[in-house]
Amino acid sequence: MLAELGHYALVLALSVALIQATIPLLGAWRGDQGWIALARPAALVQCLLVVVAFAALMHAYVTSDFSVLNVATNSHSAKPLLYKISGVWGNHEGSLLLWLLILVLFGAAVAMFGNNLPASFRARVLSVQAMIAVGFLAFVLFTSNPFERLLPAPIDGRGLNPLLQDPGLAFHPPFLYLGYVGFSMAFSFAVAALIEGRVDAAWARWVRPWTLAAWCFLTLGIALGSWWAYYELGWGGWWFWDPVENASFMPWLAGTALLHSAIVVEKRDALKNWTVLLAIVTFSLSLLGTFLVRSGVLTSVHAFATDPARGVFILAFLIVVIAGSLTLYAVRAPAMKGGGLFAPVSREGGLVLNNLLLSTACATVLLGTLYPLFLDALTGDKITVGPPYFNATFGPLMLPALIAMAVGPMLAWKRADILGALQRLKFAIAATLAALFLTLVLAYDGPWMAIPGIALGVWIIAAALEEAAHRLRLFRAPIGESLRRLARSPRSAWGTTFAHAGAGMVIIGIVASSSWQVEKLQVMRTGEQVAVGEYSFKFLGATAIKGPNYDAVRGSFEVRRDGAHVDLMTPESRSYPEPPMETTEAAIRTGWGGDLYAVIGDPTADGAWSTRFYNKPMIHWIWMGCLFMVLGGLVSLSDRRHRVGAPARRNKNAKPLEVAKSVAGE
Amino acid sequence: MLKVFLRSLFVVLCLAGLSEPALAVAVDQPLDDPRQEARARAIHKQLRCLVCQNQSIEDSNAALARDLRILVRERITAGDNDEAAIRYIVERYGDWVLLQPPVKAGTALLWIGPVLFLILAIAVMVVWYRRRSSPVAGAIEPLSSEEQDRLKNLLADRDQQ
Repeated sequence: MLAELGHYALVLALSVALIQATIPLLGAWRGDQGWIALARPAALVQCLLVVVAFAALMHAYVTSDFSVLNVATNSHSAKPLLYKISGVWGNHEGSLLLWLLILVLFGAAVAMFGNNLPASFRARVLSVQAMIAVGFLAFVLFTSNPFERLLPAPIDGRGLNPLLQDPGLAFHPPFLYLGYVGFSMAFSFAVAALIEGRVDAAWARWVRPWTLAAWCFLTLGIALGSWWAYYELGWGGWWFWDPVENASFMPWLAGTALLHSAIVVEKRDALKNWTVLLAIVTFSLSLLGTFLVRSGVLTSVHAFATDPARGVFILAFLIVVIAGSLTLYAVRAPAMKGGGLFAPVSREGGLVLNNLLLSTACATVLLGTLYPLFLDALTGDKITVGPPYFNATFGPLMLPALIAMAVGPMLAWKRADILGALQRLKFAIAATLAALFLTLVLAYDGPWMAIPGIALGVWIIAAALEEAAHRLRLFRAPIGESLRRLARSPRSAWGTTFAHAGAGMVIIGIVASSSWQVEKLQVMRTGEQVAVGEYSFKFLGATAIKGPNYDAVRGSFEVRRDGAHVDLMTPESRSYPEPPMETTEAAIRTGWGGDLYAVIGDPTADGAWSTRFYNKPMIHWIWMGCLFMVLGGLVSLSDRRHRVGAPARRNKNAKPLEVAKSVAGE
Repeated sequence: MLKVFLRSLFVVLCLAGLSEPALAVAVDQPLDDPRQEARARAIHKQLRCLVCQNQSIEDSNAALARDLRILVRERITAGDNDEAAIRYIVERYGDWVLLQPPVKAGTALLWIGPVLFLILAIAVMVVWYRRRSSPVAGAIEPLSSEEQDRLKNLLADRDQQ
């Protein structure tokens, strides 16, 4: 009954979305206030309806209603509650519903809090949002209905893939989607601006917080996913350049570029056309990512053929969205004139370079991801584009961007002096040279790439810190003034400091863990000992244990360093009955210097166990760096100019008082 | 989301889809000669697991990946050098098994692409800077003598007032 209600709510949501997509748009065009005013209630009603549908599906999962096909295929009554809930988006249909839910929630947020937007512009934004919703609702209703019944209902469900039964993964898809869908806001604002024919600094001030928020979520989502891969998949890797990862990485690259170019629109009224184009491209890549992965076309071109309805719908939707918005762009963009002029060497010029390299890198990832598909479709040749390709192409493209990102924030707007900026970075340069020297001395026998790699990370972090020190006039002005400056300096500048330093940390984590990793694979008997770098692992034995919905073997390893006890590590090898599957639970010990990583595998015929140990120096810097980047985004988001409306209004009220005071003072 | 779901789907396929008994992390018997084992491991990292997504056979749990690992070790023990061992595998499984796509007619665009993108992007940027810098240059051109005179007159007028 509830499932039918959910289904019905979706049908109603589609009709509301159809109205929202057309009437307010026409109203804004004709200047009809009544039609314009329709946008707001429509967005709220649409949101309510999708929330009802989502709640209905979640109810079916939580109560294990196996008469719903989707629940029967993806859930099991013995699953812990958290995974019953996360099972809702752990499948094709449910994840699309989650996508929709986030989309309409964002739309409702614009309707509720977009008071400072001109009514006609807000109506246009909401109409564009509704057009996206129409596409997704139709896709869900016509090809991927999550509420389909299965009669007679089975006794129990087929269960969620045990690999996905993990807290890290329960929250990974929602964050990723918050990111993808967040970019739909930038898209809707861009398309609405194109229709309106106006892009100005105020536009950028509306778009930037949405883009920032989306970027934070996406960063967090990608970081969670790679962290999960690292600790759950059991071979210590965290990024494989597989097409599914690339699908989330491309919007991130384009979104990062968008974030930076929107600064130029906001501060200098330049790069407008480019920023609008980036907003369109970023969301298109989000859509492409969602669909590429969901359609299964990445596994093989033939997956498209197994469900032609879905495949054709996806292609048509992508073409309509991308071609439609680009056509609109081609028609309207030439009319929009950029304002602020600047020299190539300037803050703006630095951001242009950032955009140039990020978009080239993004295009490269796109090429590498889609090339095998096209080659297969056109010639039937099958090739694999794996990590070696991306390391060889993406790496060199990002290198200049990373070197330059340290200098960018030091450059003045309009026209800057590179030598002057470098002079102001003298401590960062000294720190980089020191890092170069130290790695050369300490790690001369390691891979040579580690030496410039670590120095690059140090360069980015040190430059971010030195830039912040200049902002505070630290050590050059009395400490009181530095503190005053700390209180007064804009939060967005601090956002840059954190995010850039975070990127430096990621670099150091990647370089150190890949260059100086120690890896040991062997077959061990109880009592045997293996040296892994400066640590030794002693196998104390394996015992069978029982979990809530799995059986497991747990190995015990005593870790010693210089003979002193460090830790007892207990990796597990689990076997789930439903669906039947084996997973590894690596034991990970995170210390200041890095991670120790232990895995127990299969027993051999004569009672020994296969084991794997890694010592991964500084690998946790990768995720710490990601968190710093997200933190930077959040700090920047809290900048007062984004707390739209409220401060301005308060100032207005405060003014008479202040004037009175100052008059009284005189 | 996606990435991970799909990847895990492959892991499921790797683990459960094959008729052989499922393995957890497969650690097989290394070769006795550590130098040979190191060569075998280096080759493992260049070959893809046939039933996984972009994972090397070194990193894969799949039974098929283990078979390939054993095959590589066999070739090394049989006296193949690295190229011969890889060629042996490629002859049986095709270019698809190589994580780094070979450079040939079909992949030319793939390898040239990034360079083309970069050249194109730089060209667009240069043209854009040129086009918009022309008005700037005009704006800061020195005044003509006629304009100088007019300016002088204007200033003189103002001084008189």
